[in-house]
Amino acid sequence: MLIKRSTAIKPSEITSEANFLNRRSFLHTASLAGSGLLLGSGCTQADTPADPPFEGRLMGENTTGLELNSLSDIMSYNNFYEFGLSKGDPAKYAGAFKPRPWTVEIAGEAEVTGTFDYGDIVGPHPIQERIYRFRCVEAWSMVIPWNGIPLRDLLRRFKPTSRARYVAFETVYRPSEMPGQRSRVLDFPYLEALTIEEAMHPLTLLVTGLYGIDLPNQNGAPLRLIVPWKYGFKSIKSIVRISFTATMPPTTWSLAGPSEYGFYANVNPEVDHPRWSQARERVIGSGLFSKKQPTLMFNGYAEQVAGLYQGLDLTRNF
Amino acid sequence: MLSLHTIHRVWIPVGFIICLLPMVWIVLQIFAVGGLGLGPNPIEEIQDWLGIWGLRLIMMTLTVTPFRWLIRQHWPVRFRRMLGRFAFTYCLAHFLTYVVLDQSFDWSAIIEDITERPYLTIGFAALVLMVPLAITSSHSWRRKLGRRWQILHRLIYVAGIAGCWHFYWQVKKDVTEPLIYIAILTVLLGARVVHQLYARTPTASKERG
Ligand code: HEM
Repeated sequence: MLIKRSTAIKPSEITSEANFLNRRSFLHTASLAGSGLLLGSGCTQADTPADPPFEGRLMGENTTGLELNSLSDIMSYNNFYEFGLSKGDPAKYAGAFKPRPWTVEIAGEAEVTGTFDYGDIVGPHPIQERIYRFRCVEAWSMVIPWNGIPLRDLLRRFKPTSRARYVAFETVYRPSEMPGQRSRVLDFPYLEALTIEEAMHPLTLLVTGLYGIDLPNQNGAPLRLIVPWKYGFKSIKSIVRISFTATMPPTTWSLAGPSEYGFYANVNPEVDHPRWSQARERVIGSGLFSKKQPTLMFNGYAEQVAGLYQGLDLTRNF
Repeated sequence: MLSLHTIHRVWIPVGFIICLLPMVWIVLQIFAVGGLGLGPNPIEEIQDWLGIWGLRLIMMTLTVTPFRWLIRQHWPVRFRRMLGRFAFTYCLAHFLTYVVLDQSFDWSAIIEDITERPYLTIGFAALVLMVPLAITSSHSWRRKLGRRWQILHRLIYVAGIAGCWHFYWQVKKDVTEPLIYIAILTVLLGARVVHQLYARTPTASKERG
């Protein structure tokens, strides 16, 4: 397993060559615009040990002050019902999943629509590294160094029309490779959606990898969303379809439990889940005797995103 | 027929060791003996493991009497006290994991949790109901209480129901596993109803419990 993984992270296998070059140039030139949450210096670490450890390697420097979870935590503790219900199932059963070749259908209220190859989707954009808090609705959290592209950079290429008020996403449906989809726990394929403002927010990331490696199958290969101020279930995995819509699209968890999971699902320590408190969170990887930590409003991204929800009753629109 | 002697000298000690195995297993994992481990969220693993074994032992305790009716022999009763005490021990350890590891002795949070989260209220009720049963589980208490002991110890039915309910309510989406436990509990309690109604053999009415 271990050896396989470290060969799997050979950059040439991660992305197309062109894209890889893109990433390199990013590493040397990037001074990331935007919030201080982004990585500051984009320098390569000259002193990284020769053997890229299973624990992963950052592309740049961690300037967030957050303590990162290990790659093994990130790859072995997943909620990805398409591969099974327990946290260990995705790591166990995602091996047979084939993330390439991959296409994404772009549809709906946009001038440019159609089906695009993975390379067409990701290729034109430099890959960035973003270290974000990740907060699950089940009250646990991690800190993960994602690699990806701001979703808005991608969406703008399709020229959404003025009627596009929401962006809907759909996970691939492949019961033969995703054993969890053969059960009826959720109504597959998994659906998620954002308002167009949320989708266009600079923090919203279309993720292609983490820790400098290709996105592992159990984390939503080859393309997933990360919306760091929302509960994890909003950050849909293995995306095959993105559509611009005029009306609020249905989303899987809000269909499954409308009283427990809303459309917005913003991290909010003051609005509890009907069955458990959202005030504190268990930090994964923090050991047996560590305390739960207080959950932050909008998962710590209030300064950047609170403006999106001005005038919205967050208790009712949970 | 097993002799009283071999039951007490051999089979009860064997049963004791078997009941201890889940505890030993989780301790080995905590101390990562021989490469074992609990993964990224060890507290959840420990708590779930102790909770599920607490519930399983409640069910096993409740199996003794119907099993005895089934095989028409008395010896299973000899194991009931031990099973019941282990059930309580695991449930208590499950609760202590919650208090010590999950909540880090944050009493105000614990009280708020137990009073505001119905699944915890019901779990706590189950545990509280088992306290008098654990205390009065000895021979001397049984003698002291006489007929009232039987009545008191029917609280285990309520604890079983509350434990299953607690399990059912804490699940995020897939309730298959708790439903299996609920089904088994229904059979175990249903057997008692059926027995009351139809199968009152002389031995059964003498030894009802
Ligand atoms: C007779 C008493 C009890 C029984 C039989 C019992 C049993 C269980 C079971 C079977 C589970 C599910 C484990 C799994 O998911 O595999 C569970 C979960 C849980 N129990 Fe209990 N329980 C009892 C009392 C309590 C008490 C008193 C508390 C705390 C006040 C408590 C707190 C919890 C919590 C927080 C969970 C969820 C853990 C998680 O997030 O995974 N339980 N319990």
